[in-house]
Amino acid sequence: MSGGRGSMGPRLDLEKGRVEMVQGSGGRASCQLVEEIFLPAFDNPWLRKEGDQAQLDLSEGRWAMSTDSFVISPVFFPGGDIGSLAVHGTVNDLAMGGALPLYLTAGFVLEEGFPLADLVRIARSMGEAARSCGVSVVAGDTKVVERGKGDGIYINTAGIGRIPPGVNLDPSGIRPGDALLLSGPVGDHGASVLAARENWGLATSLCSDSAPLHGLVGAMVESGPGLVCLRDPTRGGVAATLNEWARLSGLSFEIEEAAIPIRPEVKGVSELLGIDPLYLANEGRLLAVCRPESADTLLGAMRNHPAGREAVSLGRVGRGRPNFPSGCVRMKTLMGGTRTVDWLLGDPLPRIC
Amino acid sequence: MSDLRYLESFRDPELGRSLLASLGTLARRLPRTPVRIMEFCGGHTHAFHRFGLLELLPPEIRMVHGPGCPVCVLPKGRIDAAIDLSLEKGAVLATYGDVLRVPGSHAMTLMKARARGGEIKTVISAMEALALAETHPDRDVVFFAIGFETTTPPTAAVILEAKRRGLRNFSVFANHVLTPSAMEAILSGTSLDGIIGPSHVSTVIGTRPYDFVARIHKVPLVVAGFEPLDILLALRMLLSQIAEGRSEVENEYARAVAPEGNLRSLELISRVFERAPAFEWRGLGLLPQSGLAIREEFGFFDAQRRFSIEVGHVSDPGICECGDILKGVKGPRDCRIFGTICTPDTPVGACMVSAEGACAAVFHYGDREGAVS
Ligand code: SF4
Repeated sequence: MSGGRGSMGPRLDLEKGRVEMVQGSGGRASCQLVEEIFLPAFDNPWLRKEGDQAQLDLSEGRWAMSTDSFVISPVFFPGGDIGSLAVHGTVNDLAMGGALPLYLTAGFVLEEGFPLADLVRIARSMGEAARSCGVSVVAGDTKVVERGKGDGIYINTAGIGRIPPGVNLDPSGIRPGDALLLSGPVGDHGASVLAARENWGLATSLCSDSAPLHGLVGAMVESGPGLVCLRDPTRGGVAATLNEWARLSGLSFEIEEAAIPIRPEVKGVSELLGIDPLYLANEGRLLAVCRPESADTLLGAMRNHPAGREAVSLGRVGRGRPNFPSGCVRMKTLMGGTRTVDWLLGDPLPRIC
Repeated sequence: MSDLRYLESFRDPELGRSLLASLGTLARRLPRTPVRIMEFCGGHTHAFHRFGLLELLPPEIRMVHGPGCPVCVLPKGRIDAAIDLSLEKGAVLATYGDVLRVPGSHAMTLMKARARGGEIKTVISAMEALALAETHPDRDVVFFAIGFETTTPPTAAVILEAKRRGLRNFSVFANHVLTPSAMEAILSGTSLDGIIGPSHVSTVIGTRPYDFVARIHKVPLVVAGFEPLDILLALRMLLSQIAEGRSEVENEYARAVAPEGNLRSLELISRVFERAPAFEWRGLGLLPQSGLAIREEFGFFDAQRRFSIEVGHVSDPGICECGDILKGVKGPRDCRIFGTICTPDTPVGACMVSAEGACAAVFHYGDREGAVS
């Protein structure tokens, strides 16, 4: 988002205008896009300098860094849009390491012809999300690709955050006997985006759970010792996260189907599409592993925080099993049987996060 | 969402437990054990595993997987023909997602054909394929249609619609097969004590086409829904029949299936399709009158005619047991490469591709990793 302040031509038509190739060229038009859309949305001292880079004064200690790219269709969905999602996604990736997110960068790939009004809406939503998370978007970049070579808009965000002294969340610490907690109902994001894609009138009460989680993480860390590790079950859902932990630890993760909170609307969409809600993406939920003796305190702390009001205990970590040398996730079904919860079978879902 | 609560009532754990208990009681009254019961449909295979039902059944019941998985029964020769349509004949091919990963000859798949430049699109409905033809007026668009009687009416409808709109660049490579023919083939090769009949297929064809199963083969058949209580109830009905020495066609899924089927759908099918003299099935071989061909009247929309498609016979590789699994003779764990070389990410046979395939279900939900049996 760098560039000099030349004399600009007429202002952009933010209501009816469309993205043009020339706006990604690095010339006057690019500059105008930054000045009229991104600067007002993200306004902060670093961005106002319009340098090639942001210069930050960081304190000593450990820092976390993360990046994520967002491609989603539709870009506006109930409960959010690609802009707020791009902020929450990276904020949450940082938060899962216990970090307090502070600075973000944003990269935009725009398709020629994308409505400027939509871009403004997305930029504003990003700015708002960033402000409410207490992070600043300190640097950015925009490229424009020819019509037909993109899908409207792609956003990449990268971020850094400070890890408070003494916090060390690491899945290598998972032990048999540990408890497994989940911060709220599963599948809200995936189901609402899929329903929005299909244009189903039936699921009007569905809403993405897209939300920042660093506040909840802070409350959990403060509640006392015993928290082992965290992860936000985004793409691939709860099933993917549990399988990742199982593989890392070689242990068996044992969950109860009856304990999994799923909203009725999400169940409905899942049935219609033949998708298990355990594989649906979440954008405002976290899974936690903790020592069994801390589980109650931690669950209490989660339920006291707005982002964890519907938290539940999902199951426990068991010993490794000879049948599964590289770990497994096993679920007691409602009917009383037991089955494996594997990685997603078959083709991945359409792009939803 | 009001019918959702309705759905929940078919998953009630309390009722499930009492049904399981009654299965146990009935099992003790069976004249001979164990009884071999086939779930014909891949959807039921999937449900047995997904709801964790198998381990809860009394030991007297042995479930056997059937061939009711549309992509599983598609022989290699037809996959090869579709690949040829795309790569050699330059058609835009539209088909259902699962089909893309089914291996044809030389481990070639439509997915790989796409990587080599073939234009292959996944659609979730036949209508979507038709829409592709309208948005690509300069290309030949072929809908690679597969499936049992459930997916046949939409294919028929789309051919009628193409005719109505006068579309010149749309045709259908039809691979629709008939459930009763497969049942006949299985019953003449395997001994079974009962069959759980298909849910979705039966909503179209009804229950009457299964009469021969009970009358001629003396095997009880119960049409069942896909919910856990549907399945348990159907098993109870089957065990009662076996215990009482009856063989009848019964309908557990009466909330969706009428004895005469869905007349509108059946009419659509017979308006556009007629029985082909024979159709080759993976595993079951060449079965007479078991598949559908597009009628002469709609020949213009028949890709097989338009592109002179020859479907050759290609035998399956020796090691894959899909054929015997589809016949109900073997189970996935009898295959030497199950879970090691053949996994859902690297499927060697069709039964590992689709979520409805028996190998995929056992791998996905099973109680051990890999092939060690
Ligand atoms: S495991 Fe693979 S190779 Fe073996 S029978 Fe099943 S699909 Fe065929």
